[in-house]
Amino acid sequence: MTEMSELNQAAHTEFHPRWYRKRLSTWWWLGEWHYLVFILRELSSLSVAWFVGLTLFQLRAFMRGPDSYGRFTDTLQSPIMIALNLIAFCFIMLHAITWFNLAPRAMPVRVGGKRVPEFLVAAPNYVLWIAVSAFVAWLLLRTS
Amino acid sequence: MSETPKKASNEGFLWLLFSAGGVVAAILIPIQLFLFGLAFPLGWLPQPSYDHLVYLMSSPWVRLYLFVMCSLPLFHWAHRFRFTLYDGLQVKHLNEVIFAFCYGGALVGTVLAAYLLLSI
Repeated sequence: MTEMSELNQAAHTEFHPRWYRKRLSTWWWLGEWHYLVFILRELSSLSVAWFVGLTLFQLRAFMRGPDSYGRFTDTLQSPIMIALNLIAFCFIMLHAITWFNLAPRAMPVRVGGKRVPEFLVAAPNYVLWIAVSAFVAWLLLRTS
Repeated sequence: MSETPKKASNEGFLWLLFSAGGVVAAILIPIQLFLFGLAFPLGWLPQPSYDHLVYLMSSPWVRLYLFVMCSLPLFHWAHRFRFTLYDGLQVKHLNEVIFAFCYGGALVGTVLAAYLLLSI
């Protein structure tokens, strides 16, 4: 893309005028489902950054003691934080699901010359995901 | 042209970080965000007590887990957001600024996470 536009500028002379290129609308991705999912998936990185930022604040509050940590958890109960975390959670889920489903495309598995169906290649990702999630929940919930 | 090989090897390393961060973000963040961001604040599940968290944090494995959970996803963000900005804004003259902002941010976050987890 960038190489092409450099080429265009280099080739721009009196007898070779600049090629006509239709200006793409900023909202080109709204028209088709695949493009929309692509853009939303790209934007999911913002939710990742949001989550890590939140976790760093949580760690800081934890480090400062129970009162500070209590104020932090109170903040998380405010409607605006609930709303933001709900949005972030949806984006994170989109990232997780698209990421797990991408594995069979990135690494097609063949058994006996036949390609293993994609859902079978993606399945271990989901098994690992559920196991790790259950373990984390168990650690946090067991003696609270 | 002489810089191409160096650049290419850098991109490979950054892509590895992006990829590893993507895996970590996909596996660890959903449950963490669900519990701390939704289930505990909304009272769906009982909030772990401070003492229980102190007990968990006393384990070096938990702190290592939290460090990995913070650092690698930041590099995932840096890579993906960099290209979102490159392609979305199409401001070629700012690409170096965007690069510095994204990976600088990921580095700062990593250092902060290490500092916090080591001083607990």
